[in-house]
Amino acid sequence: MAHQSELIEQDILAYLKSQEEKSLLRFITCGSVDDGKSTLIGRLLWDSKMVFEDQLAALEADSKKVGTQGGAIDYALLLDGLQAEREQGITIDVAYRFFSTDRRKFIVADTPGHEQYTRNMVTGASTAKVAVILVDARKGLLTQTRRHSFLVSLVGIRHIVLAINKMDLIGYDEEKFRAIEEDYCAFAAPLGFESITALPISALNGDNIIEKSAETPWYQGPTLMHFLETVQVEDDRDERPFRLPVQWVNRPNLDFRGFCGTIASGTIRPGDEVRVASSGHTSRVARIVTYNGDLEEAVAGQAITLTLEDEIDISRGDMLTRLDAPPLYTRHPEAHVVWMHDEPLQPGQLYLVKTATGVTPGRVTAVQYAVDVNTLEQKQVATLGLNEIGLARLELDRPVSFDPYGSNRDTGSFILIDRFTNATVAAGMVLDGPDEAQKAHLSQEDSPWAPRRIVLDAVAATNLNVVDLTEEKGLFLLDLARSIEEYLEKGNRILFRLRDLAQLEPVAQLAYDKNLAFEFDRNGDGVSLLLFKRGTAPAKGYGDDGIGI
Amino acid sequence: MKKNLTHLQQLEAESIHIIREVVAEFENPVMLYSIGKDSAVMLHLARKAFYPAPPPFPLLHVDTTWKFRDMIDFRGRMAKESGMELLVHVNEEGVKKGVSPFTHGSALYTDVMKTEGLKQALDKYKFDAAFGGARRDEEKSRAKERIFSFRSANHRWDPKNQRPELWSLYNTRIKPGESIRVFPLSNWTELDIWQYIHLEEIPIVPLYYSAVRPVVERDGMLIMVDDDRLELKPGEKIEYKSVRFRTLGCYPLTGAVESEADTLPDIIQEMLLTRTSERQGRLIDHDQAGSMEKKKQEGYF
Repeated sequence: MAHQSELIEQDILAYLKSQEEKSLLRFITCGSVDDGKSTLIGRLLWDSKMVFEDQLAALEADSKKVGTQGGAIDYALLLDGLQAEREQGITIDVAYRFFSTDRRKFIVADTPGHEQYTRNMVTGASTAKVAVILVDARKGLLTQTRRHSFLVSLVGIRHIVLAINKMDLIGYDEEKFRAIEEDYCAFAAPLGFESITALPISALNGDNIIEKSAETPWYQGPTLMHFLETVQVEDDRDERPFRLPVQWVNRPNLDFRGFCGTIASGTIRPGDEVRVASSGHTSRVARIVTYNGDLEEAVAGQAITLTLEDEIDISRGDMLTRLDAPPLYTRHPEAHVVWMHDEPLQPGQLYLVKTATGVTPGRVTAVQYAVDVNTLEQKQVATLGLNEIGLARLELDRPVSFDPYGSNRDTGSFILIDRFTNATVAAGMVLDGPDEAQKAHLSQEDSPWAPRRIVLDAVAATNLNVVDLTEEKGLFLLDLARSIEEYLEKGNRILFRLRDLAQLEPVAQLAYDKNLAFEFDRNGDGVSLLLFKRGTAPAKGYGDDGIGI
Repeated sequence: MKKNLTHLQQLEAESIHIIREVVAEFENPVMLYSIGKDSAVMLHLARKAFYPAPPPFPLLHVDTTWKFRDMIDFRGRMAKESGMELLVHVNEEGVKKGVSPFTHGSALYTDVMKTEGLKQALDKYKFDAAFGGARRDEEKSRAKERIFSFRSANHRWDPKNQRPELWSLYNTRIKPGESIRVFPLSNWTELDIWQYIHLEEIPIVPLYYSAVRPVVERDGMLIMVDDDRLELKPGEKIEYKSVRFRTLGCYPLTGAVESEADTLPDIIQEMLLTRTSERQGRLIDHDQAGSMEKKKQEGYF
């Protein structure tokens, strides 16, 4: 199925032409240790004919020597790259795998399911558009399934394949399949995925991987390969405002000054007006210069060189943007931070913050809370340790251009680097503003003379809720919808960001009215306040019983 | 109308981004140029990244003195065409000791002339970043290597202690003496490379195209008699066959394949219809599974 062998044999030029339009899909596979993840990927490589003869010979020999399939071909051995992993029989780092069909080229990030390797999953997911989450049909959802789902949602993946594997071991039982599917959809609803596709598969036998399985006549959906080939993941990057982080200024002689970078969003044409985010200077695009000739238009994802009509001061670290839609330009971004190093975060210590526009020294001034990736509960912490995720506030030495991560992964992300060891210690995702979807929804009843009444009525239950009141100018009153009260009663917390102390009163009044408690925190240039219900048991943890919620 | 980039356009943009990032962040980068098809693509991408200027770093070739003559000719031509400085380094110590693939075996020869030679050159010029044309799909141990791969002051790679690499944010920080190997083609496959060469009309060494060449059969491989240093063993005889090379290295260690493919589409067609992965033509990977990983830890590219 993978390559049109006939066309290759008979008309290679026509074949090559047809391949020029192929798209690229990056996806990640996540599963627990024995879910059969490596077997699944090995099967995809195998069935798309990307395993060559000499690799096959080595695979057959290895299968007999160290295989787990009693001498039969062990597809997992195609993947385990490092000797140590082979000996332990587990994958311990992110590996990238490649296969290709006539419609798409695929890059698979294969990541381990072990708890201590959260950082590897976040790494693999950072560039992926789809996550294939493996579940053992006999065990159902595990704590790890939930953890993986949370992590991929945090990193911005919108499409989930729930691959319910080892269907052969439960007799291809539709009822059990449906029960797991329902469990998962209920659990994942608050994570806000755009699509969840459950597939009954057996990686070992190849059921519903490439071909529809005869064992599952009750299943009408796509096979895994069909889904991967056809899922629409193209985002609206082209429609978003133009962003070009300037990576390099190309100045071969006095007559040429080109600004090089990869377009993070939007499109650009000669004549378009652009603005420098830091200085506010504006100019027009003169040319889009490439080796293959000047372009009429360039789109998001392209690595380009622009020249401008005016001589304005622009260097690496600047961002060229559309005039009417500037990015955030701030010294104090708030971000979800994934800590990736054995040495815990030292609040107040100087790190190097690398963003799309370069490196800026900065520190984490406060960790608002950490999230338990197994239960999705928040907890109050002073710092973050290896594989912990939290909401943190940064203070940078100088302002940097950002977009909220939710609208742009490239301009909304950063890494933290230890100044002394040069280790990459954390990954960060800049928070959405209050007007973004999935955040606390502020509804209002306007009246010219009374204080604005703000009802918190749709806090998305992602446990990362922030109500930003820093843009509220006048007086206001707060109220809670019943659903939010119930949400707090379950032990969840809501973080308020306040502009100043004057805004404390309505929040205190709300706490008084609803019998809630709060913790107060002053940091950097603002005030934050954590609202919760005292004396409630924390949100109930998920048992690792394999049954589900 | 929405314009989605094709897979080759996306790969190209990613590679150009990587190459520019290195030039922006390192003091003294170099491009390791092995003259093969992957190097050809990497050089092409570098020229695109800095057009209309030439790439602002030199090319370095670690010459084992056993390269095909066609490769050496091609090397000079490409340096001239790209306007880049070409540095050629030979491990003179190895030459003095008379190290050759015949007298010392392929493993020791590769270690001395390639690995040692490379380390000498990097130390001599104090390069802090070196581009290499390796791809993750070539070999299992490469699948987990980072695009920006950290090397200690002794050029060692530690697969257990790699920096996490997220988005397209690359950690380029090193201490004095340490260096980074950068692999802009990490996410390309052999097929991508060929398709891109075809699409962009990138020049490659003529040895990739089939021609009648003098070869001897040795250890199950067809070795080309490129000069008079190849001594025939008892029973070996020179035959003239229509052959080409799927990978290029040192001629005594690089097996030719019998082929009639003398155009690029023919080569791609042949590649798609055969089922033998490309590194098989190289003697050094055959020793044992995991041998490449060992070499890499010791500093082999």
